[in-house]
Amino acid sequence: MVDDTNTTPPAHAIDFSSIREKAPRMSLENEKITMETKNIDLYYGGKQALKGINMQIPHNRVSAFIGPSGCGKSTLLRCFNRMNDLVDNVRIDGQIMLDGVDIYAKGTNLTDLRRNVGMVFQKPNPFPKTIFENVAYGLRLKGIKRRSILNEAVEWSLKQAALWDEVKDRLDDMATGLSGGQQQRLVIARAIAIEPEVLLLDEPASALDPISTLKIEELIYELKKDYTIIIVTHNMQQAARVSDYTAFMYMGELIEFGDTDTIFTNPNNKMTEDYITGRYG
Amino acid sequence: MSQLSLKGWLRSGSPWIWLNAAAVAMSLIAVIGLLGIIAVYGLGYFWPGQVASFEYKENGHTTQVIGEIHEREEVAISRLIEAGYALTDDGGNANRFLIRKGNRQQGADFGWVIEPYMSAVTYPENAAVVERYEWGNAYGFISGIKREGKAVPSTDLQEDLKPLLEKAEHLKAKIDAIEKDSLHSINYQLERLRLQERKWLLSKALTAERQEALASERSDLNAQMSGFDQTLSELRGRQGLDVLVLKLSSGQEIDVPLSVVVRVYYPNQLGVLGKFGFYFTKVWEFLSEDPREANTEGGIFPAIFGTVMMVILMSIFVTPFGVIAAVYLREYSKQGPLTRVIRIAVNNLAGVPSIVYGVFGLGFFVYFLGGSIDSLFFPESYPSPVFGTPGILWASLTLAILTVPVVIVATEEGLSRVPISVREGSLALGATKAETLWNVILPMSSPAMMTGLILAVARAAGEVAPLMLVGVVKLAPTLPLDGDLPFLHLDRKFMHLGFHIYDVGFQSPNVEAARPLVFATAFLLVLVIVILNLASITIRNNLREKYRSIGS
Repeated sequence: MVDDTNTTPPAHAIDFSSIREKAPRMSLENEKITMETKNIDLYYGGKQALKGINMQIPHNRVSAFIGPSGCGKSTLLRCFNRMNDLVDNVRIDGQIMLDGVDIYAKGTNLTDLRRNVGMVFQKPNPFPKTIFENVAYGLRLKGIKRRSILNEAVEWSLKQAALWDEVKDRLDDMATGLSGGQQQRLVIARAIAIEPEVLLLDEPASALDPISTLKIEELIYELKKDYTIIIVTHNMQQAARVSDYTAFMYMGELIEFGDTDTIFTNPNNKMTEDYITGRYG
Repeated sequence: MSQLSLKGWLRSGSPWIWLNAAAVAMSLIAVIGLLGIIAVYGLGYFWPGQVASFEYKENGHTTQVIGEIHEREEVAISRLIEAGYALTDDGGNANRFLIRKGNRQQGADFGWVIEPYMSAVTYPENAAVVERYEWGNAYGFISGIKREGKAVPSTDLQEDLKPLLEKAEHLKAKIDAIEKDSLHSINYQLERLRLQERKWLLSKALTAERQEALASERSDLNAQMSGFDQTLSELRGRQGLDVLVLKLSSGQEIDVPLSVVVRVYYPNQLGVLGKFGFYFTKVWEFLSEDPREANTEGGIFPAIFGTVMMVILMSIFVTPFGVIAAVYLREYSKQGPLTRVIRIAVNNLAGVPSIVYGVFGLGFFVYFLGGSIDSLFFPESYPSPVFGTPGILWASLTLAILTVPVVIVATEEGLSRVPISVREGSLALGATKAETLWNVILPMSSPAMMTGLILAVARAAGEVAPLMLVGVVKLAPTLPLDGDLPFLHLDRKFMHLGFHIYDVGFQSPNVEAARPLVFATAFLLVLVIVILNLASITIRNNLREKYRSIGS
């Protein structure tokens, strides 16, 4: 599979140059780094799921993780806000620095960490509460009770998530009555309401229809002005469209991480090229 | 060919469908039949029957009988001959009637008569039924009225009786108010004073000042009491004066004081509308009054009240307890062999016979807990127990223990159905596990908790056996909720519909009068359970609608 030496792309390969023609060229050397992993090894019981991951996540950029199913990209993503702690029999070695502080150090406050590193899941998961209460959830957890502050924060977050115009007249309706795409934007609004630094998106559009997907992608493009975004996707066009940097993972290893243009047009690694051109995966 | 089509028929699955449909139909018929039979036997009791007057010739004697026809059945004459009746067998059938003759002082209330012995059957217009507080009904003709000992000359006895009856009723209401409310309340306060005095005495805190205060309070109460006593004896004196004269079937005339008369009615004069009116009066009496005559007359209000209150108390105890246990089992404890064993144990607890819980409740709650509470907090009332005796608190707690497995199982089911994505969503916002539980998981599993509660209520409302050991009595003079401080008397004994059925059905001195009451009470018990269930189902459905999940 990997040693397939045929260099001409197969007919169904995607022409990424057209997707990315407007994106400016970027370089990791010039970026401010927000998060950094140092030698992350992760074991589920006896099985190693991540092998020595070293990478740097640049500030206010979109970094995409791609790779075949089971390669560990979601697992890695869930390391950034320690969601893996919830899984039984999991062991994590190594360090992940957030603004120079190791989040796996003893005494780390998980609540503070997760307020700083927000997360949006594959399936929209609004709480069975009203739209307003969904967005205000994180704020209420912080102890904010003043209605005026909550109102302002909810409006701001919903506007940021490009949902305000659709729901402003029915903030007191149940959130579960929204469409899937709206729910996912609501969940994004809920995550940014507590003003995190980093936003983790775990295949945020895989359960949505194409139009909703487009909206989410546009939203990601807007949000990267203010947030450092990490997105896991198995849709390569999506990665090409929305990301500034792309990491290709395979079998728990980080094969290549670089600016998206390079990864999609001129990857250094043969495996990356094979995956991108659709030879396997 | 036919074999082929039979095979085809079998393979098509239609035999299965027929079998399933038949099973459903059988269940439906069973439920409807059960309710129908209870309803027919129970609800017919309140309908006024015709009062017949006839001559009955038996063993050469002819007696005049007046009575209400309660039941009619057709019996083969040969069977009647076997039973000792002198008849000639023509292979046919004869009617047999159950007649309520009343007038219990003179003999049996009910009796069977056979049609061939009856003659000159009439339904006299002016036949009267006098319902009494004592000795049951009396049947006969009103032949006179005496006001304050003197006969009243009257051309229309029925009309002239009405104002006198109203007067008697008014008097009785006054007496009841004094006896039940005022006197009872004074007695209650006197008892509290006595206990207070003893308490101070035991703790050596009975100062002269306090003694004086107690004495003055007591004399106040005693003065009030004697005032009431005077009013009472005066009222009672007036009560016995008015009398109606009833001519019985034997021709004998008896004096019935109006003070013992509940109502007088003339069933043969009632039209259909009148009968309906009477019917609903009786039903209302059944629902709202206290029982009389060893529970065979009057109403069963205390039993309804006791049943509902016990179930509500049980729900208040069982819901938090079961939910907390389920949350620990499902959310906090490490899943492993131990939790599995605990789960199996909990499930098996639901299968323990209920009388065993009764025995446990008696030993643990009544004797141990109640006894300890008494010796710690109520030493002044020794030797009479306060909590160390069966009561509604212990009954509710016993039933709560009985039903807690159901609530645990249902709640666990609900908790396990909350999607992991929602939990993660909350945790990812910085919520702790407890905050997630409180804000998201518990609300989402509340419909399941309600389901558990519904099952618990259905089970608890129908239990009788354990209650007989821990608090139910045949006749409770006071309700567990009343106007005396502290209003809610959890130490009191109470009446229960289920036990009432048993008591009326098996412990009653008047079998024929009690039988329809058994059915009526059973019907009511089913009704109460249905109403309690419908209430909780409505709440659950509202919750379900609210927390309609994100498709898990």
